[in-house]
Amino acid sequence: MRTFLRDAILKGKATIAAPGTPTLEEVTKALGERARRRLGRSLSIREIDAGSCNGCELEIHAVSNPVYDIERFGLKFVASPRHADVLLITGPVTWNMREALVRTYNAAPEPKWVVAVGDCAANCGMFSGSSAVVGPLADVLPVDLHILGCPPEPIEIVKGLLALM
Amino acid sequence: MSGSRPLADLLAGRPPDADGYVRLEVDGATWDALAQGCAVGSHELSALWADEDQMRLALNDSEHGLRAIVSLRTEAGAYPSVARHHLPALRLERAMRDLYGTLPAGLADTRPWLDHGRWPGRESEERYAFLPVEGEGLHQIPVGPVHASIIEPGHFRFTANGETVVRLEQRLGYVHKGVERLFVGADIERGARLSGRISGDSTVAYAWAYARAVEAALDWQVPPRAVLLRGLMGELERMAHHVSDVGAICNDASVIAIHAQCSLQREDVLATSKACFGHRLMMDCIVPGGVDSDLSIDGAGRIRSLLARLAATRAEIQRVYDAMPSLQDRTVTTGVASPALVRQYAAGGFVGRAAGRAFDARKSFAYAPYDAASFEMKTRTSSDVDARLQVRLDEIAESIKIGNQLLDRLVPGRLVGERPAQRAGNGAALVEAFRGDVFMSVRLRPDGRLAHVHARDASWFQWPLLEAAIEGNIVADFPICNKSFNCSYSGHDL
Repeated sequence: MRTFLRDAILKGKATIAAPGTPTLEEVTKALGERARRRLGRSLSIREIDAGSCNGCELEIHAVSNPVYDIERFGLKFVASPRHADVLLITGPVTWNMREALVRTYNAAPEPKWVVAVGDCAANCGMFSGSSAVVGPLADVLPVDLHILGCPPEPIEIVKGLLALM
Repeated sequence: MSGSRPLADLLAGRPPDADGYVRLEVDGATWDALAQGCAVGSHELSALWADEDQMRLALNDSEHGLRAIVSLRTEAGAYPSVARHHLPALRLERAMRDLYGTLPAGLADTRPWLDHGRWPGRESEERYAFLPVEGEGLHQIPVGPVHASIIEPGHFRFTANGETVVRLEQRLGYVHKGVERLFVGADIERGARLSGRISGDSTVAYAWAYARAVEAALDWQVPPRAVLLRGLMGELERMAHHVSDVGAICNDASVIAIHAQCSLQREDVLATSKACFGHRLMMDCIVPGGVDSDLSIDGAGRIRSLLARLAATRAEIQRVYDAMPSLQDRTVTTGVASPALVRQYAAGGFVGRAAGRAFDARKSFAYAPYDAASFEMKTRTSSDVDARLQVRLDEIAESIKIGNQLLDRLVPGRLVGERPAQRAGNGAALVEAFRGDVFMSVRLRPDGRLAHVHARDASWFQWPLLEAAIEGNIVADFPICNKSFNCSYSGHDL
C-alpha cells in the first residue's frame, strides 16, 4: 500500500494521449464554461438505457476515464434523475422499458435536456421494425439533441454535449 | 419415470457434423431421459430453444468431447418440460413460452419472463407476482429497472433481515428487442451486423459465433489470416473487459486508484483496437467467411507494445491488490456461488472457473486459432468475489500469451474465403466471450436467407447464481458481487 501511494506521487500524471488531443481539451473546456454560464454551476447528467445493446454504455463510461475525464470540467454523472440537468438516453425504446423511461423523465426537474445517444435512439438502428420496440426516442420524449454513432466515440459524446449548451 | 440417459450412450458411434455437433431427432421419452441426464450430471445443458414446430436442446459432454443438438417435434407447441427435472432450463423455457407460445408440460413456474404485458396486442395489467417471502422482521427493497449508475436496466427485489439479504429475486427482460424475429428472413450480412449487437460488450464474440455457424452451414472456408485476426480481436475484447471489470470491482470497494489505472488501460486497448481494426469495440469487423478489416500496416507492432503495457499494468494491479488487506476484506468470502450450483448450472466463464469448473470453449471444444495456441485454463476454487477477480487477472496473462503467439503466426493472405453457393443448412458454434461461452445456432433457407437464429448468452446460467451468491451477504455488498459477475442484460433479454 505504501509503495502504491509513493508511486502515485512520484510517477506523476498517468494518462495516454487522447485522439486529437487539442480538440479534446478545447471541447471539454468550452463545454464546462458554457455549462457554468447557462446554469451557473456544473452540469449533472443522468444516463438511462432504454433498450440499448450496452455498446453505448461502454462509451459513455469512457468519457469519465482518465483520458477524457469530463468531470474535471464540472460535468458529472448523477445517480438520481432528481439531480439531473441532462438525460442521456440510449437504445431503441423497448415496450418493456417505456414506462420506466417516462417515469424517470418525469422525475427530473425542469429545465432539462434530453440527449439521444447512438443510432438506435435516433432511428432504432438495427432494431428498426421490431415489434418489441416502440420506436426512436423522439416518439416517446422530446429530444433536444441526437449524437449519432454505433456507438458514438467518447469524443463525439463530449462534442454533442457542447452543441447542446 | 424412465430414468436418465447419458448423452455418450445415445450418441455412441454417430459422427458429428462439420460444426462438431451431432444432430438427431428424438421422441418424448428420450427427450425426458436426456433432461434427467442433465439433472444427474451425465452431460450439461448448453441451450434450449424453439424453432418452428421443434424444440431443440444443445447438450455438452466436454469430458468425452461430445456435443449434440437434439430435436423434438412438439404437439401444437406442447412438449415435456426440461426444467421439471433440471432447473437451469427454467428461465429458458419461460422465455421460449413468451416468445413462441410453446407449452412445456410440467413447468413448475409459469410466470411470464420476457413478456411484461406491454407488447402491442398482448397488453396485460396483471402484476408480476414475486415469490413470497415470509418471516418476522423482513423488509423488501425494490431496485431498478433504472439503476443508480451507467448500467443496463433490470429489476432486483431484495428481501432483507436488517442488513442481511435473505433472498434476491431478479426480474429481467426490460431490454428485450425481439432480436430472434429480426433475424428471420434477413440476409447473411444483416444477420452478422445484428449478431454484433446482441450484447455490445461481446460484439466480437457474437459476430464470431454467428460467422462460424454460417460457415459450418455452408461449408465456407476461412483463410488462415482471417482466423488469426479473429483470435486477436477476441483476445483484445477479453482483455479490455477483464481489466476494466477488475478496476470496477475495486472501485466498488472504494479503491479508486486501481479503478483509474484499469480504466486508463482499457482506453489504451480500445484506442489500439481502433488504430488497428478501425473500430474501438471492433463491431462488424468479423463477417461470415472471414474478417472485414485487415490489420493496419503498423498494427502488429502496436498490438505487441500494447500487450507489453498490459502485462506491466496487470503485474502492478496484482501487486497492489495482494498488498491491500482492506480491499481483500471486501472480496474474500463475499458472494460465494456454491460449486455444486455452478456445476448444476454449467456456468461458464470466470463464474465457473472461479468455482473449479474447468470449462473454456477455447479449450474444451477448441476452435481455430486456439486449437494451435499454447495457454492454460486457470481455475480457482473459493468461488467468491476474490476468486472471480483473480481468475480474470490470470486470464489477462494468458490472453497476452495468446496474442503474442497469434502475431508470431500471422501470415499475409486473403481476408474472406470464397463464398459458396447459397443453400439450406444448419450450423452452430460455441465461442468463449469474456464472460463465458456464447452459443449460436443458425438455420438457412434454400434462398440463402436466415430461417432461424438462436443466441444463448453465458448470462443465462450466471444470473440465477448471482441470486444464490448474494444470500447471507449484506445489501451493501450487492454492487461488488454484481460487478464480479457482470452479467449481460441485453444478451439475456434478446
